[in-house]
Amino acid sequence: MNYHPFILPFSLGAIFLFAVISFKFILWIRNLDRKQRYFVNKNIFSFKTISAFWEVIREALIHRNIYKKNPLLGYMHMSLAFGWFLLIVVGKIESSLYAGTFFEEPWLAIFFKYFAKEQHEFFGAAFFSFAMDFLLLIVLSGVFLAVIKRFISKFVGIKKATKHNKFDRIALASLWWIFPLRLLAESSTAAISGNGDFLTGSVGTLLKAIPVEALELPLWWAYSSVLCIFFVSLPFSRYMHIPTEIVLVFLRKWGATIGEQYSGLTDIQINSCSRCGICIDACQLNFAASINNVQSVYFIRDTRYGNLTDNVANNCLMCGRCVEACPVGLELTLVRQQLRNKAEIPGKHYFDYSQAKTIKDKTDVIYFAGCMTHLTPTIIIAMKKIFNEAGIRFWFMDEDKGLCCGRPMRQQGYIQQSKDLISKNMRLIASSGAKLLVTSCPICYKSFTEEYVLDIPVMHHSEYIKTLIDNKSLKLNKTDLSIVFHDPCELGRGSGIYEQPRDILKQVGELRKCSLEREEALCCGGSLANTVIELETQIKIRNHALEVLTESKPEVLATACPLCKKSFIHGNKAKVMDIAEIVAENIILQTKIKTLTKQSMHLTKDLKTKIN
Amino acid sequence: MKNWGFNISKPRAIDFDTADTSEYSKIIEKVPSAQRCLMCGACAATCSASNHIDFNFRNCHLKYRRGQFEGLAEEFDKCMLCGKCKLVCPRGVNTRAVIYNMRIFLNDLNYKNIE
Repeated sequence: MNYHPFILPFSLGAIFLFAVISFKFILWIRNLDRKQRYFVNKNIFSFKTISAFWEVIREALIHRNIYKKNPLLGYMHMSLAFGWFLLIVVGKIESSLYAGTFFEEPWLAIFFKYFAKEQHEFFGAAFFSFAMDFLLLIVLSGVFLAVIKRFISKFVGIKKATKHNKFDRIALASLWWIFPLRLLAESSTAAISGNGDFLTGSVGTLLKAIPVEALELPLWWAYSSVLCIFFVSLPFSRYMHIPTEIVLVFLRKWGATIGEQYSGLTDIQINSCSRCGICIDACQLNFAASINNVQSVYFIRDTRYGNLTDNVANNCLMCGRCVEACPVGLELTLVRQQLRNKAEIPGKHYFDYSQAKTIKDKTDVIYFAGCMTHLTPTIIIAMKKIFNEAGIRFWFMDEDKGLCCGRPMRQQGYIQQSKDLISKNMRLIASSGAKLLVTSCPICYKSFTEEYVLDIPVMHHSEYIKTLIDNKSLKLNKTDLSIVFHDPCELGRGSGIYEQPRDILKQVGELRKCSLEREEALCCGGSLANTVIELETQIKIRNHALEVLTESKPEVLATACPLCKKSFIHGNKAKVMDIAEIVAENIILQTKIKTLTKQSMHLTKDLKTKIN
Repeated sequence: MKNWGFNISKPRAIDFDTADTSEYSKIIEKVPSAQRCLMCGACAATCSASNHIDFNFRNCHLKYRRGQFEGLAEEFDKCMLCGKCKLVCPRGVNTRAVIYNMRIFLNDLNYKNIE
């Protein structure tokens, strides 16, 4: 039997790792909520499982997403993950061929060079020997890059790297040492028995200069011990993301999503964070307001180790820039929302407001301005004008006594209160019998589309105006106004509406580009989700965003959110207008034309009768 | 005695020697801008909730500052956290954060996940 006591640290570490990971996975999967279980049961035997396998290969091994962000960073991850994976697989095949059975000692593949000292002849021995050295070289190049990255993070395109805790440091240090020690151990054996290939063989020749016989066993012991340290620290460090991410990919493919309450999937997402720190670079609180201890990576870390403070939980604009940037695709804002969740008092109704307003005459369209729009009344005036010009009768739902849509409550974690408001609004909408709900506020729009159960379509006013223009109910003047469009967070990243507002603006004036737009658009700083930052910080964020938006010196800064308008208007950089206002200003007045033509027709009729 | 519908109101003087103002200093710590409040009442004027029901944030703020916590927790439950008050404040007070933190301090039990 191929045995030596130095395999013990490795074997014990591996058993420990396997036990802890299995325990955690079983716990998390048991904690999945009902909806998540339903999707798992429904899709587990479908093609989605196959596509999940493919995604695991693509993301967990080859790291295509990181590759797209930065090729060097992608190579680093690929060489470590894919390289190590191949080392294990190829090593296993090599040792099985050597032993002549698939069920050889499990540690044989890991310490193959030590046990297979004598010249051995089996199928493809030379090829395997070469392949293993080549793969080791690839992995070592990854380690080399990782060491450089630790000290000069700009080298791989990261401006601000994550600050790590002690578990991460232990795991990281052991990870760095695994492959150099493997190289040295294999080379020392190669120096003695001459079983090395191009890499281990040549390093072995160099090692001959020193008394290598005395070093061989200590090196193998060190290699095994370092592996043990890495395995033991893995489940408690950021490297837990390696096994957890695979589970996450499968669950995501099967359709499980994060709900309102903390569940097993939240645990899985939290543990899938690799703390790469890409979210730090994406966060405006970091680069515009120099707050750098609250970003998603720290939020997730603090949640995982159970020392989350309310400062970290609440200090977030929920703009979704980090969600867009995250290479693992974690639903960071939703996780944050879950952790802000407050206890519920069962059965209590919070808002015993009498019915806000009852509908008098039935209309086809409901207009819901939203609380914020009431503070920017020009948007309401513009919308009224647009409705009138298009000849559409509408019911102004929150003209006088409106209720909040419930999203601000939800973002602070008052789920039950939010549901209370939602049910009140839903009853009102259902009673109206209308066929369409138009809102001016992206916050309300997101709430209506995601949290309400409505049987009528919901449109943001930019979508609605676009349809009005498309079916020729509205005609617009083309001017030479230069416009830059600001994507509101809840409309763009939140609801994926990028094109409609741009299409409208192109019809009215000249739409200019901005360096950060669409998915990368900046937040205006006015977000309601943050209850920690004060006006001074908001102004810093707003000014930075304004600077980016007005790079091309546009005459008008257009937006589609009353809250963004309200934030930007005090920046005094450019004229800030809502899309509805710009459209209302440039409508070719059809009602006027119609009445004029009607009048002239009457006149001609009169004249004709008079002449006759 | 016949019920007039009127009666003599109880004395409402606040004894600042016994009033508990320590709770308010916690709010100041969380939301420093609350110190800037000059009780103008713009927040109460714009409030969506006060459109429906008797709710006055300015009043609540004043009561909290003076340590009169009676009935305040129920009062804050009327707020929809819509944030209009924050936008109209002429002194740039993050009134929404003030309400949010007051709610949490008044009802610690409601805040289970984060200590």
